[in-house]
Amino acid sequence: MWWRVGHEDHVGPDPPRSEWNCLLRAQGGREDSRSPCSRGRGVPRPACILVSAALKQGQVTPTELCQRCLSLIKKTKFLNAYITVSEEVALKQAEESEKRYKKGHSLGDLDGIPVAVKDNFSTAGIETTCASNMLKGYVPPYNATVVQKLLDQGALLMGKTNLDEFAMGSGSTDGIFGPVKNPWSYSKQYREKRKQKSHGILAGHDPKDSTTIQDPVKPFTLPSLTDMSKLCIGIPKEYLTPELSSEVQSLWSKAANLFESEGAKVIEVSLPHTSYSIVCYHVLCTSEVASNMARFDGLEYGHRCDIDVSTEAMYAATRREGFNDVVRGRILSGNFFLLKENYENYFVKAQKVRRLIARDFVNVFNSGVDVLLTPTTLSEAVPHTEFIREDNRTRSAQDDLFTQAVNMAGLPAVSVPMALSSQGLPIGLQFIGRAFCDQQLLTVAKWFEKQVQFPVIQLQELMDDCSSVFENEKLASVSLK
Amino acid sequence: MATPVLRWCCPGRRWVFAGIGGVSRHGRGVPTGSTSSGKRGQSSVAQQPLITAQKPRKGEREWAAVVGLEIHAQIASNSKLFSGSQVDFAAPPNSLVSFFDASLPGTLPVLNRRCVEAAVMTGLALDCHINRRSLFDRKHYFYADLPAGYQITQQRLPIAVNGSLAYSVCVGKRRSQMVTRTARVKQIQLEQDSGKSLHDSLRSQTLIDLNRAGVGLLEVVLEPDMSCGEEAAAAVRELQLILQALGTSQANMAEGQLRVDANISVHNPGEPLGIRTEVKNLNSARFLAKAIDYEIQRQINELENGGKILNETRSFDYKLGLMPEPNLPPLLLYDSGSLPPGTDPQQVINIDQLREQLPELPRVTREKLVQQYGMLPEHSFALLNEVGLLEFFQNVIKETRAEPKKVTSWVLNTFLGFLKQQNLAVSESPVTPSALAELLDLLDRKAISSSAAKQVFQELWRSKGKTPAQIVAEKQLELMQDAEALEQLCCSTLEAHPQVVTDVKKGNPRAINKLIGLVRRATLGRADPTVIKEVLERQLSS
Repeated sequence: MWWRVGHEDHVGPDPPRSEWNCLLRAQGGREDSRSPCSRGRGVPRPACILVSAALKQGQVTPTELCQRCLSLIKKTKFLNAYITVSEEVALKQAEESEKRYKKGHSLGDLDGIPVAVKDNFSTAGIETTCASNMLKGYVPPYNATVVQKLLDQGALLMGKTNLDEFAMGSGSTDGIFGPVKNPWSYSKQYREKRKQKSHGILAGHDPKDSTTIQDPVKPFTLPSLTDMSKLCIGIPKEYLTPELSSEVQSLWSKAANLFESEGAKVIEVSLPHTSYSIVCYHVLCTSEVASNMARFDGLEYGHRCDIDVSTEAMYAATRREGFNDVVRGRILSGNFFLLKENYENYFVKAQKVRRLIARDFVNVFNSGVDVLLTPTTLSEAVPHTEFIREDNRTRSAQDDLFTQAVNMAGLPAVSVPMALSSQGLPIGLQFIGRAFCDQQLLTVAKWFEKQVQFPVIQLQELMDDCSSVFENEKLASVSLK
Repeated sequence: MATPVLRWCCPGRRWVFAGIGGVSRHGRGVPTGSTSSGKRGQSSVAQQPLITAQKPRKGEREWAAVVGLEIHAQIASNSKLFSGSQVDFAAPPNSLVSFFDASLPGTLPVLNRRCVEAAVMTGLALDCHINRRSLFDRKHYFYADLPAGYQITQQRLPIAVNGSLAYSVCVGKRRSQMVTRTARVKQIQLEQDSGKSLHDSLRSQTLIDLNRAGVGLLEVVLEPDMSCGEEAAAAVRELQLILQALGTSQANMAEGQLRVDANISVHNPGEPLGIRTEVKNLNSARFLAKAIDYEIQRQINELENGGKILNETRSFDYKLGLMPEPNLPPLLLYDSGSLPPGTDPQQVINIDQLREQLPELPRVTREKLVQQYGMLPEHSFALLNEVGLLEFFQNVIKETRAEPKKVTSWVLNTFLGFLKQQNLAVSESPVTPSALAELLDLLDRKAISSSAAKQVFQELWRSKGKTPAQIVAEKQLELMQDAEALEQLCCSTLEAHPQVVTDVKKGNPRAINKLIGLVRRATLGRADPTVIKEVLERQLSS
């Protein structure tokens, strides 16, 4: 439940999101939502594919690309998206990529492509903090499997991105390096497309993770969806909650109608135990957190306090200093649930409820549904001040509603941006697929993405066209901090 | 106040607490009062149990003790249970620590196949039911030698359950009779070993060595079917031999490869079991029995004095229950019948295959020895009790014509005696099996007397490289083969000592020995005393 199938050295717990790990994500609210400079529709093809083609054809070199990226990172520093920018590493990798391209020996579609990695993935030789004091200054001696796979394909590691401390939260607001600003308030977002041909490289068995499936995974391409009549889309009725914003609801309906109008079967389904999933997740998640975080004792690595009176005193102070309230709160909750007298009533009970939740999905998929369509979030991103009015736990509980049941059921899911809200902020929808049917899921998602044509930004143009607007915005954002 | 004394009523079963005025027969008292925790060290208490069967006097309470054991054996594998770092007990500190062993964030466990095989083999050897599906748990506690803050173990659903361990104890008046006892095996589970802490009181610090952290352990849990220290020690000894025969653990207690925790309680026979206490980390075979008996005695004293037994557990442990290990799927084992078609044999563990490959167990080896060579069971135990001794014995048997009984006697008495005297292992013996075989052949051919043989053996021990034949020649130890010469010597000795002759004729039984001695000296020890005696007696009676 905690670790998703297919990857290993994940530092700390996963956020209950279903987007690809290598996405450069900047989330969270901003004081004012302003409409971004309008640019119209972006190009329909994924930016990455274009860039990859450009690299192959020599229209741009990896080093140029890398430098442009680094420059953009510098210019958007106010977004607070990066904790560490690994400039030297990236440039060196770019140099090597360039050599490979010159010889015609590129490693694949990702060779020379800049990527950023969330700071809870271990990167050898590069500080990995999980946005926590506990790991400030911690430099891992190894790469997380997914990082290694990216590097093996020649990707350029631009840096480590910001997050909630140990990814515990939903708005990237509670890390020690401060909240991440939503670039949609300022500009269009740069993002790494996930529907690449090279998808298969990152999936598959990881011999270092005993819970990954051993069946071989071949890289696959995503075909175009031609025959929609065979497709059955399920709409879980329990996901229509009162808290759902009208904008999201209307986009959800629009999407359902889109599928129907193209010939797919769209039916309402029921996931009866949906209302229990937040609580169930909370019990199991905090229990695992309490257990997983027990290793942070200041002895082998990471922060260690100055107290040396006794081992116990050292543990206590180290952990108090190293963890924020959110993390400590989850550890305490988890310890409570794991107490011998509580174990049956909470942990075991939650495991039973989890089975019911998972079975809900099995029943739905067995009834002929191929893919479920749901909202991803309750609404567009709320402004930061509003966001922090509720505490982390409440926020997480609310915002995770649509996405954490999937983690408990062990299913693949993907969130696809659909349209901008009236405030100009992105709203996306979630697709949930059958277990191990990643290809079908992504095929549907790819089709949908193509249909909605969510605006994609060409960064360079953005910078050029919006520079003046940008400067003003930048000043505004600084004063509002 | 009467000094309480422990009497062992019936062998292995009953403890009788008897008040006796003054000091006990053996001159050692048993301390009264209780010292609840701390080291169970000084065994000034535990006397050797007396074997005299004694009916309890009126007013005395009978006590029975029950002892259960948790035995941790380090698995003999190249790498650790869940990581690839090497297993080696002599390496520099913290030189065999992988990222996972150090609990670096993001590292995950990967199960070592060899450890699973070791667990299955041990389970089969102990007649356990092997669970086709077993689970891993986390046992949480904070301690410096446990980097992750939890130990991965298999308490809930372990790999093997419901077996039995047969062991033997010596009973009877002179402890000469061997009886077989059985202790039920509750379960066998795989788990991680912890690191080691060294306390540096000089600098008020504790140093941690993680070389041992993550090494695979087999925990064998024995039900409380034992009733005293001796039985517990015998059970542990037998388990040790089994593990060594299987090759699943070297099980050397002195090196910490085998550690025992004992759960002990006492009760009055017929009444429910008492509160149990735990004596932990016993790592010496000799100390094991003593410590257990000491604790039994302590509990009896405590209860006799109206006190209560307190069950102390470590303060920091086990408030948290177990949690399933989320990073390890259930462990699935197969047998030939349940193997899914097309499976790669490298990828799965086949219980039937392991069963076929099981080496001979000590019990079977001993039975064979008794059958084949007609030796007493005690002898078979003794042969297996010393590393390399059985092999030595078998090599001698191969090369000599002497009777097996003779070989047994020489190996267990003379050879083993010399080894023990000089504290040597069999592998360090200066006498080779061939040399002993040759010596026994000489004896068998009656080329030398048995006393001469002993001399030769001593010389063999002292000076390497010489053969028995050489030594016999050098020291002129050949038995006199010349019967006539012997007759003459006897005759002349009788003539030279008329007084002694008279003594013999008078009926003094010891007088003849003097004559034998004289003749022997005259023959420079080269005549067999038995033969001399025969000749003398014949001559005297004529």
